[in-house]
Amino acid sequence: MKRVRISQQEIVFAVFAALFLSFSVFLQGFLSADNMLTLLQNVAVLGILGLGMAIVVIGRGIDLSLIAALAVPGGLVLQMVQNGHSLPASLLSAGLLAIAIGLVNGWLIAYAEVPPLFATLATGLFVAGLGQAALFQLDVVQWSDGMAGFERLGQGSILGIPTSIVMFAIACVVVFVLLRKTRWGAYIYAIGDNPFAARVTGIPSRPIIVLQYVLAALIGCFAGLVMAASVNSMPTRIFNSTLIYDVILVVVLGGIGLSGGRGGVVNVIIGTLLIGTMLNGMTILNIPYAGQNLIKGLVLLIAVITDTFLNPRNEETAQQGDI
Amino acid sequence: MACIHKFALGSIAALALSAGAVPALAQQGLDEPFQKTFREALAGKTVAYVPVAMNFDLTEGWYAGLKKELEPFGVKFVIRDPNWNTNAGAQAVTSLISEKPAVMVIHNPDVQTYAKLLQRAENEGIYVIQINMGSAYRSSAFVGANWIEIGERQTEGVVKACQGKSNKIAIIQGALSAAASAYTLKGVENVLAKHPEIKVVSSQAADWDAAKAKAITQTVLKQNPDLCGIVGFWDGMDIGTAAAIKEAGLTGKVFLATSGGGERKGACELVKNGSFDLNMSYDVPTQAAQMAGTIKWLLSSGAKPGSVKGSEYTTLIPITKENADSQMACWNLSDLKK
Repeated sequence: MKRVRISQQEIVFAVFAALFLSFSVFLQGFLSADNMLTLLQNVAVLGILGLGMAIVVIGRGIDLSLIAALAVPGGLVLQMVQNGHSLPASLLSAGLLAIAIGLVNGWLIAYAEVPPLFATLATGLFVAGLGQAALFQLDVVQWSDGMAGFERLGQGSILGIPTSIVMFAIACVVVFVLLRKTRWGAYIYAIGDNPFAARVTGIPSRPIIVLQYVLAALIGCFAGLVMAASVNSMPTRIFNSTLIYDVILVVVLGGIGLSGGRGGVVNVIIGTLLIGTMLNGMTILNIPYAGQNLIKGLVLLIAVITDTFLNPRNEETAQQGDI
Repeated sequence: MACIHKFALGSIAALALSAGAVPALAQQGLDEPFQKTFREALAGKTVAYVPVAMNFDLTEGWYAGLKKELEPFGVKFVIRDPNWNTNAGAQAVTSLISEKPAVMVIHNPDVQTYAKLLQRAENEGIYVIQINMGSAYRSSAFVGANWIEIGERQTEGVVKACQGKSNKIAIIQGALSAAASAYTLKGVENVLAKHPEIKVVSSQAADWDAAKAKAITQTVLKQNPDLCGIVGFWDGMDIGTAAAIKEAGLTGKVFLATSGGGERKGACELVKNGSFDLNMSYDVPTQAAQMAGTIKWLLSSGAKPGSVKGSEYTTLIPITKENADSQMACWNLSDLKK
């Protein structure tokens, strides 16, 4: 007898489809084109961050410094422009800072062999602290006249589609090409699947691990710029929020296992859509904050429990490296 | 002859004496009997400051204002920054109690967490001054905004702007457990009770987060493009609310009322460019001056900590297009720090 195997990705997609359908039927105004765009727009930054996290998780790592990489370089651009520097110089500095964050993370993990969880936790704290202590005058860095025009990265629309969604789409395409069409991408999957085997077969594991974290930090920085442009300021204390859990949620819920080597851009999109649909539906229903958390938790639990029932773990299926 | 001479000499001497005597008396001066004890009461005393976090206009403004008023009198001013972490804040207060500063200036993250600790501090002989967001415990002094009044006046502004329009409004709350958010909401409800024609289509918490405020507002505006007003609970967060209104092309059509500390970049500039229609400012420099005054008075009074309890509610400054240009409506953090 053939056993039915449904992957977590499919379960989450089914939950998303069920929610989407019931909202469409019962919630007036949910299924309008306008609202669909708003739904996507609200989770675009989360989705972009999910892509950065996905690269690292596929390579069997995790990056807790992603939110610092979003807040600090993004805030640096706004602060430098406010202090009278030119926009290109500020953007360049932010890019270099993001690369530096990635390099430090990568070096710590690949060469000093510090577990990713601790390495990125520490660098994240360090970078956020650096921003507060040395770079920013205030936690919320205000938009200034020198940034004129740059807000189009996160506001307005291109061919009727809000810009932040376009940015998410561009990021999806870039990451997809990188993961599926380049040799580097194949290496990342190989390292995630079995780091020891990858090293034995001659894959330059350590430089590739460094590359993963540099890419994640750059994507984080890009997400930060889209976010700053979208809200006309950079609320840098977002580092203290629960955003990093949402990002991990998007990735894991979408079906990219924390044990590495599996999943891709489609999983991030599915995870993002589920979160987006829940948030949008609950906002329209005007469900209070506490109720929203309750429902979010419940839906996630259902997805995880269903997965455990359909794909029970045993010694064969369990992989080393699970969190 | 000699006699006359003597008399003349005497008169001249007397004149000279009297002429000299008046300034001599003035130079000697009168000793003001209270300033010495005042100076002694302040010199060497420690004032500890525990905000919810530094690095934003309110807490930086209070800090600069207190420093300016207290340090010239030899007061040692220390700061413990919990950086938005309530646990770290509670720990900071606990360790301060054992360090025994003369005064603690506390900015409460919510009404409960510090309440017991603040009571303990006063029992240990430390004056406790609470700023802007009070706790359930009433200490020596509360200096801050009257949130209920803020909620009422913001809502009155929105209700007025809604006259003859759809009467649909939205409320963007802060963090539910914070005194500022809960009391403002009460103020909003007070006014709405008098205006049954107003329909609240959405009332959600954005957790003081501009990005969340923007996401909520976007969704609400898509559902209700005819919305006539929004009551926002903090200008730092409502930058996001304003960005959503602007993106929907509804600037000037959706009346946005908010509140904040009145820093120029965060308040007046944003009212001028149309992001906010009304910003109720609680004027941070004045609050800092009131706190400093209270601290000076308490220290010099010798009153036992906990034996007096009072409140100083801030006089609110409504910032609108009319006064956003004036020098008095807003303040600059950079100037206050000088």
